[in-house]
Amino acid sequence: MIYPQSSGVVSQMGLAKRIIPCLDVENGRVVKGVQFVDIRDAGDPVEVAKRYNEAGADEITFLDITASHEERDTTVHTVERIAGEVFIPLTVGGGIRKIEDIRTMLNAGADKVSINTAAVFNPDFVKAAADRFGAQCIVVAIDAKKVSTPQEEDRWEIFTHGGRKPTGLDAVEWATKMEAYGAGEILLTSMDQDGVKSGYDLGVTRAICEAVNIPVIASGGAGNLDHLVDGIKQGLADAVLAASIFHFGEYTIQQAKDYMRQQGIEMR
Amino acid sequence: MKRVVVVDYGMGNLHSVAKALEHVAPIDWRVQVSADAEVIRHADHVVFPGVGAIRDCMAEIKRLHLDELIKEIVQRIPVLGICVGMQSLLSHSEENEGVDCIDLIPGHVRFFGKHLKDEHSQRLKVPHMGWNQVEQVGGHPIWQGIPDNSRFYFVHSYYVQADQPADVIGRAYYGVKLDAVLAVDNLVAVQFHPEKSAALGLQLLKNFLSWQP
Repeated sequence: MIYPQSSGVVSQMGLAKRIIPCLDVENGRVVKGVQFVDIRDAGDPVEVAKRYNEAGADEITFLDITASHEERDTTVHTVERIAGEVFIPLTVGGGIRKIEDIRTMLNAGADKVSINTAAVFNPDFVKAAADRFGAQCIVVAIDAKKVSTPQEEDRWEIFTHGGRKPTGLDAVEWATKMEAYGAGEILLTSMDQDGVKSGYDLGVTRAICEAVNIPVIASGGAGNLDHLVDGIKQGLADAVLAASIFHFGEYTIQQAKDYMRQQGIEMR
Repeated sequence: MKRVVVVDYGMGNLHSVAKALEHVAPIDWRVQVSADAEVIRHADHVVFPGVGAIRDCMAEIKRLHLDELIKEIVQRIPVLGICVGMQSLLSHSEENEGVDCIDLIPGHVRFFGKHLKDEHSQRLKVPHMGWNQVEQVGGHPIWQGIPDNSRFYFVHSYYVQADQPADVIGRAYYGVKLDAVLAVDNLVAVQFHPEKSAALGLQLLKNFLSWQP
């Protein structure tokens, strides 16, 4: 590797793209829903997080998938246990509605919190959260679904409550607004793809990545290693999030990284 | 019993730093989180973390007289500054319309800018968030067992430029050249988060605890 000696813009290897295994957690167990309905069990969150850390995961995301519609708080205790044993960035989402929820999660050892439904119902919450804790720890989760017909220009809308409630909000406009409100990162889940493993929705991923200047994590639909590559090369995402392809041992994180590196993507 | 004290001035997540130190600390070490001047003065090693905006950090540092305390203890105790904890040790930061810092290491903290680009004119997002390579400059015990150009986890929008090249022991590149690790006498300061940088980050913390300058 050669770096020019002059100051100013210099040659660089640059930031690695990130692979983020996602632990969808319900009742203290990691689960993964196919289209958010058909749930299979994949183990203890702390053990899974440790396994991923050792396997070279770049971050871990922990989502309490039932928190939003069953009004259940995410298990602080599980977060504490993960944070005590896993030394890579940890994002916690699900049921984050108040400043106090964020403080609780950060104190439990989370590095970032992911805000979804609460941002839709009260965008100023994102602003208040970023002011209080810094943009770097505020992730806004966007669940987007394509609403345009094949004859129309592509348009995606924000949905809440696990993809069940439309909001009428345009996904790309919403992402731009959330950046302006202080989001430090966007976790973009394309709902129509999620769990069916046909790949990320590259259209909405690219549209949002081009519209904002904060990192975007592509999520929802990764079923093979080419999907991860596509999310980065075509979707322009900074990171890819996946659950089931790793949980059930179809691929290891290392296999994914090796493959992505072969495709010219910079990995850790 | 030896003690490493994590300085608590109300800014950011001390839990992670403390947990990571507990994970690597030898059995005869104790990890303590404190803002008490006497506790800090009697530490064997001190870790000075920081997250958030520099104006708020410096306001708390000054209110608790930690600026004077750090200057005093660094004469005899090894100190590790992390992220904004590192930045606060420089002379001045551009953040929040300009903030004077502790000035223990001559240099400046600068904004990446809103239109940061790489050498291929590709847009670079700010904050600089993720795993970047750190090029080791010269030798230092903190690098023990860590390969050159290893990746560490960064999250920041402002970066350090030290006045003295001799103070720099690690560099990274993100549109600009940034001084990622500084070392001056008993002081080591890192821009990245060793407590979030997996095995090599833990190795750096372990090296810090066993460092006897």
